[in-house]
Amino acid sequence: MKIHEYQAKEILRKYHVVTPKGVPCFSVNEAVQAAQQLGGDVWVVKAQIYAGGRGKGGGVKVAKSLDEVRQHASEILNMHLVTHQTGPEGQMVHRLFIEQGIQIEKEFYVGMVVDRSHQRVCLMASSEGGMEIEKVATETPEKIYKVLIDPIEGLSQQQAEQVAQKIGIPKQSLPGAVTLLQGLYQAFDETDSSLVEINPLALTSEQQVMALDAKMNFDENALFRHPEIVELRDLDEEDPVEIEASKHELSYIPLDGNIGCLVNGAGLAMATMDIIKLYGGNPANFLDVGGGATADKVTEAFKLMLRNPNLQGILVNIFGGIMKCDVIAQGLVAAARDVHLAVPLVVRLEGTNVDLGKKILADSGLKIISADNMADAAQKAVQAAN
Amino acid sequence: MSILINRNSRVMTQGMTGKTGQFHTRMCRDYANGKACFVAGVNPRKPGENFEGIPVYASVKEAKQQTGANVSVLYVPPAFAAAAIDEAVEAELDLVICITEGIPVRDMIRTRYKMQNKKTRLIGPNCPGIITPDEIKIGIMPGYIHKKGRIGVVSRSGTLTYEAVAQLMELGLGQSTCIGIGGDPVNGLKHLDVMKLFNDDDETDAVLMVGEIGGTDEEDCAHWVRDHMRKPVVGFIAGVTAPPGKRMGHAGAIISGGKGTAQEKIEVMESCGIRVTHNPAEMGKLLKSVL
Repeated sequence: MKIHEYQAKEILRKYHVVTPKGVPCFSVNEAVQAAQQLGGDVWVVKAQIYAGGRGKGGGVKVAKSLDEVRQHASEILNMHLVTHQTGPEGQMVHRLFIEQGIQIEKEFYVGMVVDRSHQRVCLMASSEGGMEIEKVATETPEKIYKVLIDPIEGLSQQQAEQVAQKIGIPKQSLPGAVTLLQGLYQAFDETDSSLVEINPLALTSEQQVMALDAKMNFDENALFRHPEIVELRDLDEEDPVEIEASKHELSYIPLDGNIGCLVNGAGLAMATMDIIKLYGGNPANFLDVGGGATADKVTEAFKLMLRNPNLQGILVNIFGGIMKCDVIAQGLVAAARDVHLAVPLVVRLEGTNVDLGKKILADSGLKIISADNMADAAQKAVQAAN
Repeated sequence: MSILINRNSRVMTQGMTGKTGQFHTRMCRDYANGKACFVAGVNPRKPGENFEGIPVYASVKEAKQQTGANVSVLYVPPAFAAAAIDEAVEAELDLVICITEGIPVRDMIRTRYKMQNKKTRLIGPNCPGIITPDEIKIGIMPGYIHKKGRIGVVSRSGTLTYEAVAQLMELGLGQSTCIGIGGDPVNGLKHLDVMKLFNDDDETDAVLMVGEIGGTDEEDCAHWVRDHMRKPVVGFIAGVTAPPGKRMGHAGAIISGGKGTAQEKIEVMESCGIRVTHNPAEMGKLLKSVL
């Protein structure tokens, strides 16, 4: 789960991470009032969307008067902000963050993620602030320092200091950098984060180490113990179809093809998309109905797929294990009747109670194209959708 | 031989008294030698009770002492699952198989940390389990689709493994052992660990390795295969069409920062001499071709 920059900063401040003063706003007037309240003579007007690359897309602007604050705020609010992470349609900006302007001497990068091979949290830091870290990693990997964090001891003072030194934080600012890095790890750990990123981390003209931006993602599996974080979820930022899917505990990801896929199990669902592509078609979605899907769940899954205006065919690929094929077949029949299916439906059933399942489909009188195996199913689906 | 489990394994079930635990304990008990193999359950609140004749003990340690069980399978809910693994590790079981899906990564990092230098091996979490066909099944896979044979199967997925097994069966190829190592980012045995075991198993002739996007497990395994494997290995990687930055059902199936793509894995595997099919309907056929 993702949250906005201003929300991440609010969390991080509790862990002694220094940030500029700022106020979240939902209207232009609020933005101007916020700037007045913050004082000073320079402000930054920042679009609050989940996607990165906001600056380049025109979603972050410096204002040197209240008039400029008003002007920038009115331009940014409600704009469709396009960045390399939003896709060409962009993301509508509903929230702004007004921050005091900071005199920056140098910018750095720090981030934390779970290192899967080492099974530890990894602190990454670089002297190259403000750039995409993936780019730094490919072009100048020697400029990224990595430290694995002991889950029991946490990030030690020594580790934090070494990293800060290596990326070029001057001596007098090291204590501040250590406090910030240790705070970041404590926040990461206590909130069950999956990613914390400060890009850029700034050294101010007063030699203070400060988080100018902040990004936090959280482990969905741990949200049950963080109701305070679940509350921060901004549904405007999420795809309505994905929100609907999550309500029914379905794992659904829209893609740009025209053949809908309904599969049980994540690996098989990916393989089904892959084989559609291999036979010259394009998958319209990833959809895993899970191991314990009921007839109702299958119906909901159908409704989700049918929301897609590009849909020209559906491929159902089920390998029944715990989930019995006859249960799936009943769900399919109910769903097809319920939603008045207008596109060709190809079904491949295998596994537990497969004969019973096939009989239910055959007896239903529905126009179902039955397939014998995965390859047959993919070929028939591609053909039917063209 | 087979690997990790056989007819002599003695299994306890942690979380046996829940609905899922009951259902699968019954299915496992009814498979091959299951009746002799499944000897205990653990539930701290229900010691002294039994499930269809299988006694319930208060702790893993007690269940081990009373029944000689050396393996545990877990259906414990996600919030408590990591602690249940810890308990099995402290009791020095040989093998723990964690079926549970949805365990927080933070919990698993700590559990894996505590497992350093311990004898216990972990399969999963978020996995279908392990089966040595016609001997013993520990997990949620349908037993009847398997048959004893000489092919090893290792996979990060559930139903895609069943698909692979069905393709092998159609060609008359039985399996020595099939293992689902699970779809989580922080887990126990990896492709590499299982591959080493298959390499040393004199009842395994060849290995089918099924992977998916995310992480570098498949690459690590491929490099080892290139240098050490004495048996043919073939593979399939799911997710060539998966978009970056999206979690594809499994918590660990995600391309992040451009890393962990199917293409990258396939290239590394092929460069290490592992033949990889791009067609998930031809996993069995490819394996047969290298025998």
